[in-house]
Amino acid sequence: MAMEVTQILLNAQAVDSAVRKHAEESLKQFQEQNLPSFLLSLAGELANDEKPAESRTLAGLILKNALDAKEHGRKIELVDRWLALDQNSKAQIKACLLRTLGSPVHEARSTASQVIAKVAGIELPLKHWPELIETLLSNTHLVPALARQSTLETLGYICEEVSSEAIDQAQVNKILTAVVQGMNTSESNNDVRLAATRALYNALGFAQANFSNDMERNFIMRVVCENTLSPELRIRQAAFECLVAISSTYYEKLAPYIQDIFNITAKAIKEDEEPVALQAIEFWSSICDEEIDILEEYGGDFTGDSEIPCFYFVKQALPALVPLLLEALLKQEEDQDQDEGAWNIAMAGGTCLGLVARTVCDDIVPLVVPFIEENIGKPDWRQREAATYAFGSVLEGPSPDKLMPLVNVGLNFLLTALRNDPNSHVKDTTAWTLGRIFEFLHGSTLDAPIITIANCQQIISVLLESMNDVPNVAEKACGALYFLAQGFEDVGPSSPLSPPLIHQILQVLLNVTHRADAGESRLRTAAYETLNEVVRCSTDDAASIVIQLVPVIIDELQKTFDAQNNSSEGREKQNELQGLLCGCLQVMIQKLGSSEPTKPQFLQYSDQMMTLFLRVFGSKSATAHEEAMLAIGALAYCAGPDFAKYMQEFYRFLEMGLQDFEDYQVCAITVGVVGDLCRALEGSILPYCDGIMTQLLKNLSSNQLHRSVKPPIFSCCGDIALAIGENFEKYLVYTMPMLQGAAELSVRPLSTDDDDMIEYTNTLRNGILEAYSGIFQGFKGSSKTQLLIPYAPHVLQFLDSLYVTKDRDDAVTKTTIGVLGDLADTLGVNAGPLIQQSVSSKDFLNECLSSDDHLIKESAEWAKLAISRAISF
Amino acid sequence: MPPHDVRRSYKRPAISDQDRRRAISLRRQEENRRDAQLHARRLASTLLSLEQASSEPDDVELVPESEPDLHFQHEAAETSSKDPLDVRQASKLRGADARKCRQRNGSVLHHFPSALPNGARTRDASGSGQSYSILDCIFHEADQTYYVIDMLCWKGYSLYDCTAEFRFFWLNSKLAETGACEPPSHYHKYRFSLVPICTCDLSGLQVAYSGAVPYVKDGLLFYNKHAHYQPGNTPLALVWKDESCSQYVIDTDSKGQVPSQQQVVLELQDDLKLVTSDDPPVVFGCSDLEFKEKLGLHSGNLLRFAISDGGLSIVDGTLEKADLHYLGKSNRARAFADSYSKVMFQYMVRHSPLRIEDIVASINLSIDEGNRPSDVEIVG
Repeated sequence: MAMEVTQILLNAQAVDSAVRKHAEESLKQFQEQNLPSFLLSLAGELANDEKPAESRTLAGLILKNALDAKEHGRKIELVDRWLALDQNSKAQIKACLLRTLGSPVHEARSTASQVIAKVAGIELPLKHWPELIETLLSNTHLVPALARQSTLETLGYICEEVSSEAIDQAQVNKILTAVVQGMNTSESNNDVRLAATRALYNALGFAQANFSNDMERNFIMRVVCENTLSPELRIRQAAFECLVAISSTYYEKLAPYIQDIFNITAKAIKEDEEPVALQAIEFWSSICDEEIDILEEYGGDFTGDSEIPCFYFVKQALPALVPLLLEALLKQEEDQDQDEGAWNIAMAGGTCLGLVARTVCDDIVPLVVPFIEENIGKPDWRQREAATYAFGSVLEGPSPDKLMPLVNVGLNFLLTALRNDPNSHVKDTTAWTLGRIFEFLHGSTLDAPIITIANCQQIISVLLESMNDVPNVAEKACGALYFLAQGFEDVGPSSPLSPPLIHQILQVLLNVTHRADAGESRLRTAAYETLNEVVRCSTDDAASIVIQLVPVIIDELQKTFDAQNNSSEGREKQNELQGLLCGCLQVMIQKLGSSEPTKPQFLQYSDQMMTLFLRVFGSKSATAHEEAMLAIGALAYCAGPDFAKYMQEFYRFLEMGLQDFEDYQVCAITVGVVGDLCRALEGSILPYCDGIMTQLLKNLSSNQLHRSVKPPIFSCCGDIALAIGENFEKYLVYTMPMLQGAAELSVRPLSTDDDDMIEYTNTLRNGILEAYSGIFQGFKGSSKTQLLIPYAPHVLQFLDSLYVTKDRDDAVTKTTIGVLGDLADTLGVNAGPLIQQSVSSKDFLNECLSSDDHLIKESAEWAKLAISRAISF
Repeated sequence: MPPHDVRRSYKRPAISDQDRRRAISLRRQEENRRDAQLHARRLASTLLSLEQASSEPDDVELVPESEPDLHFQHEAAETSSKDPLDVRQASKLRGADARKCRQRNGSVLHHFPSALPNGARTRDASGSGQSYSILDCIFHEADQTYYVIDMLCWKGYSLYDCTAEFRFFWLNSKLAETGACEPPSHYHKYRFSLVPICTCDLSGLQVAYSGAVPYVKDGLLFYNKHAHYQPGNTPLALVWKDESCSQYVIDTDSKGQVPSQQQVVLELQDDLKLVTSDDPPVVFGCSDLEFKEKLGLHSGNLLRFAISDGGLSIVDGTLEKADLHYLGKSNRARAFADSYSKVMFQYMVRHSPLRIEDIVASINLSIDEGNRPSDVEIVG
């Protein structure tokens, strides 16, 4: 059997596809027939130094894939399967894996490290492999460097795989000791030092206690800093990666080291090789991220409660840091704008400069202005581009007052450069900088507008002209026009997004979408997005022009179906275009459908649009489905009861959308559309409710569906109940227990202070409450309200539990008190005694009545009124 | 272990248009759900009722004692509308994210940008959603103007707990500041205007009663100036009108005709009682089970009755008996039953109206008694 396995594993990598297929089939059969024996032979193969490296590597990979999967449901299956194996097999497999760490063959060692980490990921949290860490640590004293290296790598992978609770502090201390020892100058082998440094990167998250201890922290920091000076490039790079990770994980511990770190990073940015210099710049970007977050939490009035104080490292480093970054800007690569994957010192420096501006605000302006003035007119394109990039970078952060003088002087220069500069790179950055000016310094909230009636026409015509430039420049010009349009939202008759100019703008944008090279640099997407924004922000009197665009876009969408596409790449492009066009129609539906004068004329196109949207569902692209679904929701809202005529045809796609667990965004959007349909069709949605409710309830009880979709599904049940009223009767027996179960779960005290979890729990509570609200209001005034009475005690109990939870947010408070009102309103005197017994109806209500939050107060006033009616008899 | 990538987005805006489309849709759906919910709850029931009126002698005596303010109630011309209810669009106006104007029954009448705080989308993100204002308004069709009669919340600052006097002061000083009273423009679709408010002394009453206003006047609103805003019906804010200050003294039916008999809308309770919208409700009569089942009525239904020849019997200020004749279910747009004071006012108008002279006399009386001068608020 063992010999056979080797051959099968080699055959599975054969060039001949028939051989390969046969081998894969054999492996599959073997696995299905006897899993323990299958896994054991793989482990044996991996551990056997007499076998070829190729079969050993594949054996390791198959083992790894037998322990973990990306997809959550599958992952759980695999974990259960592993845990169900007999102890003996597991012990043998683990022994093989550990033995492989000492193999002279690199691929085998490396693969074994990863498989061990996967097993550890399953077993350590359950304390099933308590001796693992000790065994590995004893390896770190072994003489062969190869074994030390692979052991450190394994420790690194384990730290990446398991959560910090799974390893107790004593073991963490030992791991850190071993890792730091491996990084020490006493370790002469570079591969071992590199493995140790990379392991430290993963172990940092476990080192909370150690970083709180001055001596231990000093020691770790010293070793990391020493390694940033290693003669070996990969070690320097890994050490800087550690510094970056430390900057975000232990920001508050950095003060004693920041001066040294500045010196180290400055030297690296100036002199070191690119991979190292990029990490050094990233250190400061990361410090900026931290300080921006902290300062944001401080807020304007200093009442914020950031747990971590701001040390203003960036502000202190500013005079020395900014020149470094400006210098980095001059190290551009020739074609970086055309290369999607490019990332170099100039790009990293520019990005960091932008973050620094957001961190220190006004203070950066005087440090950058001389650089801009000196370089922006230079003959060398690098200098002009760097100066322009510096200009664009500082536009977010500083106050408009501080920037106005700079922008007022610079605007004309930029417009001229965009038109006349001989270098595309400079033009690209110039268009981007104009976009930033419009994004941050243009809009109805600013006192002194930069864009005036006098210069607006000129700006637009320069931008439109640039849309004929090379694709990357044209794309940036579209982006600039996007923000220019956004600033004109709600400004009134002086807006240029009105006739006659808007006609020309839309025409040029349409022409861009037809350019033969529109597929490059995201140009077509940018043109459609800009078209959308221009439409969104257009004035009322532009409606007659925008409406002419509707048949044009419909026609474009129609054409995507006429074209034959046999290649998968061609279909992908076709789907992308369909998505863009559906998005564009969605924007027009919202714009033209919300304005009474254009609505009737616009709705004449709804048949045509609907036919095409339904055809889009024939494609395989989730993005296109999503866009079509969004557009349909908008159309339903706009068409109201008239939408009923599409329901028969649309229904199966609706059901398909609700079943799309894999692309859960599509599912979430479809759930939202069901809400739109409920409000548009009201009672006429009834014939479709059996199917919809069945699917929604299925979704709620599924483990496969992404959890973020569940709260909206609950809300959606409320929408349905409100639409169909007492006809919701037949769903009560299914819906109410499910709501009750979810409600109980949602008020269990959280064992975590994880903000995301708290937020999710509140979203869930809100969804459940909206469901209750819809159900109660739906039954109001019907003869079947008594059907709800059995559920009332639990609902009130849920409200009472919500009252005492600590982590309830304002939105939940508002809906909670509203549901109290809904219950009282619908059940009336029948629920009077129950209501009087609940805490919610007294303390909670009183608290809400005196709330500062108006929406809470409004809901409370309503609840009070409803309760007073219910208990006044 | 490979090195970690530090690539960041370069020359790219942080948000994609696709995310924006998704976010806009979500926001619209949430808003629509809230509208549907408010509609279902008839949230407008917490609004100051403009239809209430009273002519009971007791109430008249209350007027001077409680130092009322006086409002003009105005109404849109009825020509453009079939149902008088639709014309009385006492509306709640959020200047906030929704920028919507709700009708009394909670449904949205207009959706428009305005110069109210946060009334137009601006790119100033600071506190947007939370900074809203709620105004009690009446939309006057003829000059496309929202006449503001009360302010409940301003830039997120609640005025519910403030006295009427303070609310009117605040309303007067704040509304003009925003430019909301300016003529309409693109970003400010409808003009807002204040109704005149006078102190309820003889000269104030004179101005309120016969002064010229730019809208069709429909009576006077008396406010107790120390009263806090109170949702629902309250004797501290009352309507009074006669032929000189209103074209619509006697209620019209759905065809705009004055019916020969007074009509009232009452709510059918679980216990078969027929009641007004007051809190606590006033019982006008009792239905019977057979009647309820025969007509397929449910509790909570609003029913329209005529007051027959038997009229209303009042003993010591309390309603003893009403001679009701069932007409049918009320218009769907109706959100609540009539208030007791409205029914009584309409009844008095038909039988023995409270005249302006009576109010003048009561003011004189209160001055004679040495009370402080009261206020008339001329709201226009």
